[in-house]
Amino acid sequence: MKRIVNLNVNGRQVEDVVADSLLLVDYLRDRQGLTGAKKGCDGGECGACTVLVDGRPRLACITLAASVDGAKIETIEGQAKNGRLSALQRAFHENLGTQCGFCTPGMIMAAEGLLKSNSDPTEDQIKTALGGNLCRCTGYVKIIRSVQLAARATAEATQ
Amino acid sequence: MNKTIGKPVPLIDGVEKVTGKALYTADLDGREALVGRILRSPVSHGKIRRIDTTKAGALPGVMAVVTGDDCDMTYGVIPIAMNEYPMAREKVRYRGEPIAAVAALDAETAEQALALIEVVIDELPAVYTSAEARAADASQLHEKKPGNLERDVHHSFGDIAQGFAAADLVREEVFDCAEINHAQMEPHAALAEYDPERERLTLHSVTQVPFYVHLTLARCLGMDSSRVRVVKPFVGGGFGARTETLNFEIIAALLARKVGGKVMMQLTREESFLTHRGRPQTQVKLKLGLTKAGKITGVECEVTMAGGAYAGYGLVTILYAGALLHGIYDVPNVKYDGYRVYTNTPPCGAMRGHGTVDVRHAFECLLDRMAGELGLDPFALRRANLLAAPMFTANDLMINSYGLDECLDKVEAASGWAERRGKLPAGSGLGMACSHYVSGAAKPVHWTGEPHAVVSMKLDFDGSVTVLTGASDIGQGSTTIVALAAAEVLSIDLNRVRVVTNDSVITPKDNGSYSSRVTFMVGNAAIEAAKELRAKLVAAAAKKLEVSPEEIECEGESFFIRGAEQSVLPFHDVAIAALAEEGTITVKGTFTTPKEAQGGRHRGGAVGSTMGFSYAAQVVEVSIDEDTGQISVEKVWAALDCGFAINPLAVEGQIEGSVWMGLGQGLSEETVYQDGLPVHAGLMDYRFPTIAESPPIDVQIVESIDPLGPFGAKEAGEGALSGFPPALVNAVADALGLEVNFLPVTPDRVLAALMKYRRALAKKQSKKEAGK
Repeated sequence: MKRIVNLNVNGRQVEDVVADSLLLVDYLRDRQGLTGAKKGCDGGECGACTVLVDGRPRLACITLAASVDGAKIETIEGQAKNGRLSALQRAFHENLGTQCGFCTPGMIMAAEGLLKSNSDPTEDQIKTALGGNLCRCTGYVKIIRSVQLAARATAEATQ
Repeated sequence: MNKTIGKPVPLIDGVEKVTGKALYTADLDGREALVGRILRSPVSHGKIRRIDTTKAGALPGVMAVVTGDDCDMTYGVIPIAMNEYPMAREKVRYRGEPIAAVAALDAETAEQALALIEVVIDELPAVYTSAEARAADASQLHEKKPGNLERDVHHSFGDIAQGFAAADLVREEVFDCAEINHAQMEPHAALAEYDPERERLTLHSVTQVPFYVHLTLARCLGMDSSRVRVVKPFVGGGFGARTETLNFEIIAALLARKVGGKVMMQLTREESFLTHRGRPQTQVKLKLGLTKAGKITGVECEVTMAGGAYAGYGLVTILYAGALLHGIYDVPNVKYDGYRVYTNTPPCGAMRGHGTVDVRHAFECLLDRMAGELGLDPFALRRANLLAAPMFTANDLMINSYGLDECLDKVEAASGWAERRGKLPAGSGLGMACSHYVSGAAKPVHWTGEPHAVVSMKLDFDGSVTVLTGASDIGQGSTTIVALAAAEVLSIDLNRVRVVTNDSVITPKDNGSYSSRVTFMVGNAAIEAAKELRAKLVAAAAKKLEVSPEEIECEGESFFIRGAEQSVLPFHDVAIAALAEEGTITVKGTFTTPKEAQGGRHRGGAVGSTMGFSYAAQVVEVSIDEDTGQISVEKVWAALDCGFAINPLAVEGQIEGSVWMGLGQGLSEETVYQDGLPVHAGLMDYRFPTIAESPPIDVQIVESIDPLGPFGAKEAGEGALSGFPPALVNAVADALGLEVNFLPVTPDRVLAALMKYRRALAKKQSKKEAGK
């Protein structure tokens, strides 16, 4: 079966026909060319495909595209505004929160979801929010630091 | 004074990574590509009686089917040990070994086609462990390898008998370390395109060494290497998994040639685990002799590795294990016996800290226990055995710089060792260990005599500097290092430099990213190229200013006469002046390892040889739940001597990452096979630490300034890894009095060992009381 879905992808309204079995990650990667969301595992284990669905982190590899009809989807590609890095992107870049970069889009989107609901998270809250996002390069030290510094930078910018 | 280097710099390709613009192999445009899928052996060991692909080939949408019949050339990373086919021929030797592959219009059709391939295999008995493989009646994997012994190594330096005779304390222990896998975040993928009109092949792949892939494709496809092009896009980690050419890369190319088109081969996570090349299950039997003062007098070490079904890197791994017994402490008398064994499991290979991690683990654990027996502090014991650079080890490894003493001082102070050890609450403890690793192998696998690294540099009309290198950035930041070297030597903004990497039609050949060679070798080549370019610019500036080149200074993107800083020429003006002489300027720099760095003359002496070793010390603090056996690592203090930190931010990142990878091996990582079937082959079952159980890591950088290193630098990405597992086990001993000889120290094993230990203790106590 196929159905028509209406999605808002990174601020752009899209109407599309999707098969019932199409995964959101495949829709984004293959149909929208948004390859920032990565497939690092065989389903739901690594977090590399994390995107925001209506502002909340979701694993795009275990989400059917048809199930998010009407939703607002945010991916890593929509984070930089007018080409300027978001607070989290800047913090991850400047503090080496990314090494090979494969987990980075998912990591940043999960952190974005956290900061949307909690602008000043503790280290434990960061660890909880990113507990489903695996990284094999950094030992997570600079990832935690990047999220903390992004939160601080955002707070300072809005003061 | 350093202008650009020595300060923390974000990766120059970091913006792509945080914006999602970085394209990895699976992100490349695959719209026209067929989907490639691999059929794998369902049994661990057997004779292939029949493979019938008729039905699969007839399925609509299937464009090509290949089997072992399509490639009768072996491959393997070591030229003298190529014993693997891209797809099995005659025999299968591990569960999951490729036997056939299809290219189809879509994934569903490809999967269906795999199910239609008829395979008949006569199963043979299989061996899964070193002990089974070496048993007298064991089933033999390879015809010419009786006893399933791939390679045995026997090295002896000094006089071991005399060494132990001089000892006040001799102790022997056996350590068992589980097999582990790299589990890099990006699953394997390759995009192959074949143009039958011009008989050319292009392969994009996840490789760490495009050069090896290039040679192997030419060999296995019977092609002239000039018609092969290999490109490495962004790579999502490697850790050694992608040093060797891997079967799926060759299979993708075979399929592409058969269809005369493009094939995208994306492996699942499970298949990425099956492709393996991880650290082998290793048994280390180690005997040490010490004097009362803690001086090491003798080292006798026997290592047995269960290497999987094919040779791969095996002989190098087993040689490394023995060679790097040396190079960290003063060990004049060393006997080493190594056995690399074939088993019916996926082939092992190189993994971060190649060959040395499990041996270092045993060494540092045993040292600690003997320190206890001798009443010596673990730090004092290490200090009693330090080296004095420059020197050559007993096995002829060259050491020009040595910062281990400073590493020890730093972690001892930072961790509060003297004040806190032995005074922590029950169930908590501190442990320490040291480690080291090579900065590039001084002798490459393909010994042609050519330089180890070549870097090209181009200066053009726009005033930009383009660096061309085959060095593979796999996340470690090598592209940034090359740019920093150029910017530093030329005194220009980092942003004026662009680095083009890893496309065989554009970039010069490089030996790739393995054995932590890139900073040392490619860094030196980049410095040499930049110096040559600078000389041309200085000559042009001198001509313009009508002075001799010796009087020209270059700094801050400008050239001026020394002492007369008023007549300043901006960089771009000088570039235009230089171009007036010869047009676009291209220069190159090379690096060749000095002969004395290339190791001893004994058989296998090249392995372990390097220009310089990194050194590391670390302290680990644990707290253990004695009811569950669960170990929490509270904090790690690590110091590493990297010679000089060209980019301290990247050095920190490498130290944190390698310590943490050691943490995974120490605490939880383990591949598990049930009758040859991997039961660990997903990221839920292969347990590497999540952010939740990862401790803070306090990092300190030690700079011993290596005389041959680029700006004094050595490696930073591997040396700290092998110190973690022993520091952990030593901390467990400090916390519970419990000595464990296995890795990983999972809760179930800790609990079982703890119960056994307590029963023995209670028995001893009751005997003692009964005797009163």
